Amino acid sequence: MPALRIENLKKSYGNVPVLKGINLAVENGDVVAVIGRSGSGKSTMLRCINGLEPFQEGTIEVVGHKLDQSRANLRELRKEVGMVFQSYNLFPHLSVAENITLAPRVVKGLPRDEGSALVREVLSRVGLAEKADAYPDELSGGQQQRVAIARSLAMKPKVMLFDEVTSALDPELTGEVLKTIAQLAEAGMTMVLVTHEMGFARRVATRTVFMHQGTVWEEGKSEEIFTHPKTPELKNFIAPDLK
Amino acid sequence: MIQSFGWQSVQFLFHGLVWTVGLSLCTFVGGGIFGLLFAIARSLGPNWLRALVAGYIQLVQATPLLIVVFLSYYGLSFLGFYFPPLAAAAISLTIYATAFLADIWRGCIEAIPRTQWEAADALALSPFQRLRYVILPQAFQISLGPTVGFMVQIVKNTSVTALIGFVELTRAGQLLNNMTFQPFHVFLTVAAMYFVVCYPLSWWSEKLKERKHAGTAH
Ligand SMILES: Nc1ncnc2c1ncn2[C@@H]1O[C@H](COP(=O)(O)OP(=O)(O)OP(=O)(O)O)[C@@H](O)[C@H]1O
Ligand SMILES: [Mg+2]
Repeated sequence: MPALRIENLKKSYGNVPVLKGINLAVENGDVVAVIGRSGSGKSTMLRCINGLEPFQEGTIEVVGHKLDQSRANLRELRKEVGMVFQSYNLFPHLSVAENITLAPRVVKGLPRDEGSALVREVLSRVGLAEKADAYPDELSGGQQQRVAIARSLAMKPKVMLFDEVTSALDPELTGEVLKTIAQLAEAGMTMVLVTHEMGFARRVATRTVFMHQGTVWEEGKSEEIFTHPKTPELKNFIAPDLK
Repeated sequence: MIQSFGWQSVQFLFHGLVWTVGLSLCTFVGGGIFGLLFAIARSLGPNWLRALVAGYIQLVQATPLLIVVFLSYYGLSFLGFYFPPLAAAAISLTIYATAFLADIWRGCIEAIPRTQWEAADALALSPFQRLRYVILPQAFQISLGPTVGFMVQIVKNTSVTALIGFVELTRAGQLLNNMTFQPFHVFLTVAAMYFVVCYPLSWWSEKLKERKHAGTAH
């Protein structure tokens, strides 16, 4: 059974169709890069996966939790899906440790005395063990983004979603976040990441999905996609990166 | 009986001040509780409830407070519900404060960026948990300045209840003036007493607003 299965996902804003029947299966341990032009529906697809956007047709299934337009099972599904946003979205009124333990405590009933062990564990995975007591506004963008990844990890998700998580960062901070994601990939985390970092997609992602006009236009092993693109649209899209 | 303005007069006015402060506190507590519920209903409730609360807020904000006071005192007793002046004063001020506080706090709730709501959703928080742990604590911080500022309005506006005979500071001043015929002594003392209560609140409110701009929130 795939970790994530999207079937015939359709979504429109008003009468403008944005996703026109997406089908995608992500196996356990897969790292799927989603690439495509601005406006092709990458973020919308990702946001449908954990129900941040309602959709009109189709189903999303994560480890047996099925989500359709009725939005039943929404919270059950969200417990299994982590999401990291472009703008980090840490809670500014909470310390790093509190950001990390909030959801495990209130959603999963984590006992208070197990909180600090969890904080240590997830912070060490993103290389920020010493920052537990800092507040978000005391951290650099790269550090905030890694805390956001740690916060997501603390819920022990089966699948993690990343939406252009380095685009708000200065180039010199991008590397540390990409390195963290690459380490998660090595550790076997199932991930779907929307990215404009073609080199990174090619190196880290096992599969790459090219979205175009609200559909999965082409998909395959990352190496294949980048070296032997089939459709002219994909060729055009990655042309500058091949040089 | 004519007496002259003296220590006893100050004591008499002070007694009125105590009622002013007491009524203000009741109003703030009552208006605070209903205001919070209304603010939440106004920003998060189903559409019909939002419309209802919005209507309430607009109606009360467009009505002079004195009319609300007259309605609860004369109007309700006309219908057979007699409230003593203290109760009528507390009810009408609470109606008034609820509308304004609900509006202030709704603004604070809605000032929390969409992305914070989404981050809470993505972590599988329930709508109540999202409000309790993510939205309200942040809204609370930005609401402090305007809320304390509104307390000044409450204190000053308790004076309209003098017109239904509730003996708070303003009414006490009126009564004393009738006894002493020394309006300057009386009403300057009354004004000074309002100032002593209101000025620290204004000052505090400004401080809280500055702190928000400095961006140190924790
Ligand atoms: N809230 C909204 N209301 C109306 N249209 C929207 C909304 N959000 C997105 N869209 C439209 O949906 C389409 C897909 O947007 P989406 O954000 O998914 O694209 P994207 O592939 O993530 O692009 P980018 O690379 O710029 O992030 C776009 O045409 C966009 O204008
Ligand atoms: Mg996007």
